[in-house]
Amino acid sequence: MSRRLRSSLMRTAPDSAAPGSTVQPGRRRTLKTLAAGALGGTGALGGAGTLAGLAGLSGHVQAQSAEPIRIGFQVHRTGIGAAYGRWYDRTTTAAVARINEAGGINGRPVEIVAEDDGTDPKRGAEVIEKFVQKHECDIAFGTLFSHVVIGSAPRAGELKIPYFVVSEGHHVASGMLNRYTLQPGITDVRSQVQAMAPYVAENLGKKVTMLYADFAFGHDHRDYFSQAITDQGGEVIAKIAIPPTETSFTKYFPKIPRDTEVIYHVMVGPSVLTFVKEMGEFFGPSAPPIFGFIDSLEAVDIASPGLEFLEDTYFWEGFPRYAQVGEGGQDGEGNVNEFDADYRRAVGVDDNGASVTDAKDVSTYAHMFGCWETLNVVKAGMEAAGYRGPEDRAKLIEAVEAMSDMPHSADHPQGAKRFNGKTHQTFGHQHISKVTDGRLDLVHTTSIEDTLYPDEVDYTTRSF
Amino acid sequence: MEFGPHLVLALLEGSITAAVLALTAAGLALVFGILRVVNVAHGEFFMLGAVLAWFISTTLAEAFGAGPAIGFVAALLLAPPATALVAIAADRLVLRRIGYDPERTIVATIGLLYVLQQATLMSFGPEARPVEPPFNTRIALPWPERVDGSWALGWPWGFGTTSYKLFVIVAAVAVLVGLWLLLRHTRLGLIMRATEQDRDMARAFGIPVTRVYALVFGLGAALAALGAVLVVPIQQAHYLMGGDPLLLSFIVVIIGGLGSVGGTVVAAVLIGLTDGVVSVFFSATLAKIIATLLVAMVLVFRPQGLFGKASAR
Repeated sequence: MSRRLRSSLMRTAPDSAAPGSTVQPGRRRTLKTLAAGALGGTGALGGAGTLAGLAGLSGHVQAQSAEPIRIGFQVHRTGIGAAYGRWYDRTTTAAVARINEAGGINGRPVEIVAEDDGTDPKRGAEVIEKFVQKHECDIAFGTLFSHVVIGSAPRAGELKIPYFVVSEGHHVASGMLNRYTLQPGITDVRSQVQAMAPYVAENLGKKVTMLYADFAFGHDHRDYFSQAITDQGGEVIAKIAIPPTETSFTKYFPKIPRDTEVIYHVMVGPSVLTFVKEMGEFFGPSAPPIFGFIDSLEAVDIASPGLEFLEDTYFWEGFPRYAQVGEGGQDGEGNVNEFDADYRRAVGVDDNGASVTDAKDVSTYAHMFGCWETLNVVKAGMEAAGYRGPEDRAKLIEAVEAMSDMPHSADHPQGAKRFNGKTHQTFGHQHISKVTDGRLDLVHTTSIEDTLYPDEVDYTTRSF
Repeated sequence: MEFGPHLVLALLEGSITAAVLALTAAGLALVFGILRVVNVAHGEFFMLGAVLAWFISTTLAEAFGAGPAIGFVAALLLAPPATALVAIAADRLVLRRIGYDPERTIVATIGLLYVLQQATLMSFGPEARPVEPPFNTRIALPWPERVDGSWALGWPWGFGTTSYKLFVIVAAVAVLVGLWLLLRHTRLGLIMRATEQDRDMARAFGIPVTRVYALVFGLGAALAALGAVLVVPIQQAHYLMGGDPLLLSFIVVIIGGLGSVGGTVVAAVLIGLTDGVVSVFFSATLAKIIATLLVAMVLVFRPQGLFGKASAR
């Protein structure tokens, strides 16, 4: 211990008079004083903080309780999910601003408490703890990467905090998690790949080689697409798993069998541009038809050098990145564009799917809408449950479980949704686009029925 | 893919790994040979080279509309010296003050690793960013095939490389030859070798040893940065990209013989080619396992490495 610190400790302890005496009694008293001061200080600061916060709000102070609803936002600020985290952050901020402008939830403003989980499962569990114990959040929300969700959900269940994930992983609906974890704002991989298999088998080919990220999310692709394409009379002739932390991909491509009719690719991580570029270099002019998930190019400009070979290839898009001109409708009920334009404006994305302030900053358009829609579901759920505070968490979950059809609206700009209260998973329309003249043009939209599969769990039978 | 072309492809991939690894590890070997210290932050100098290359080429493109070729050449000329300056600053501020003590240097350079990584995260950001290569045409490679009973040249599906990848190999060889010439045939190289052989005797002969140390530390960092500038158009610049090169450089330096630059280069070719072949035919993880196993074997049976001497020369 430094001399200065020790002498300051001794100074605050008047009973340790003798120079050679132990510091023990003095230190204990000092620590007690410091702790008392800290608690008092935090209390005062906390109170002052809330007052300051309220003073800054636009006059909704007369509501039943002006105490904000605190939503713990588990965001991937660093690690392999950083590109998604950046856009999840922006979309969440825009969604919360819209909710607060309309009066908040039950008259209370929404406050986002963001913590970086580093796209790491262990850190994710720690962040959930922080939300409950340090920040006193009402709910936790916002996680994308499947391995982080799987690592964090058990802790959320133990601490009994509703955990609204925006993940696409099949783990929620598979029954692996718990009654506190819900995914009402984004569809899952099993429903996506199931809906893609008929289009791939009919239009591209029946012998498929799959290249996928080697972790939970990629394994869902591998397992459920194999099943779905077999149901269409096709087969997966090779499955090539690539770690999401990989930086050099040429070594994987020689494993692609010569008689491949369709390449199916879904990669995530910081090096996706390298993956797609090296795939083009490998095939040269003789590439087979390619069907990819836009995950392989989220936050990457499709006009990047080296990606010219993607022309005329196909992509699954959760939500078309480029604003579709004309009749990009869904089942003839409405135009994809209808609520898309307002949503783009709110989040700050241009018609090419990039940031309005930086055309090179391409968004993760196919995923981030999940944050917007999930927060609107949370609002609807809290209002239906008459949510007052953490004592009503179970009521909130029950209220969301009672939801089913969510029409295409400004709250759900990606499209209509059908929520399954038993499996805690939502279902929606899936889109297929073709790369034409360096843009992604929508060519097919599935119905919601195309994406449904039998229930694997009923969380409503589990206790809280 | 048939075995023949598959093997050639694997060797090509391995050669690129070997080329970049040889440059990076040579830097580490120099530092260890002459300063007798282990630099755990060496991978971060590699990362800095890549990040600076992105910064230089992007700034030139945005401010002056420079094409990728000019941006790349500028990065090649400016990023290694800039990284060397950072290294020299670290030497002045940290290593000199702890007297180049071996254990303290390890701890201090671990700290340096975190400082550099975090500083890059806070300024450059957490995403990977691409750097355009100055040129990059796909080259389809031919392979003799048996057609109707006689041999003819065919172009197997997927069998090819790119002009830039070949350039990386050529450039790395050129730099290593230049390094060898520097060490063997210049006065500066003589001074460095003298300092390596016997520090006190060199000082007695009037060689400014602390200045040589700073220069060598900078040169080691510059070599790593140069390797990174060459590889960044193939991969991308990312703040965590220093981890793998660090591990592989250590493996190579230990196998080659601590302090022997020639041995390091041989070991880099060995490890790089093995890594390439094993990861293409099996998996990248198995390649790393084999490399680490090789180090363990060397440490047990021949601790001085393949080419190192058992004690200081």
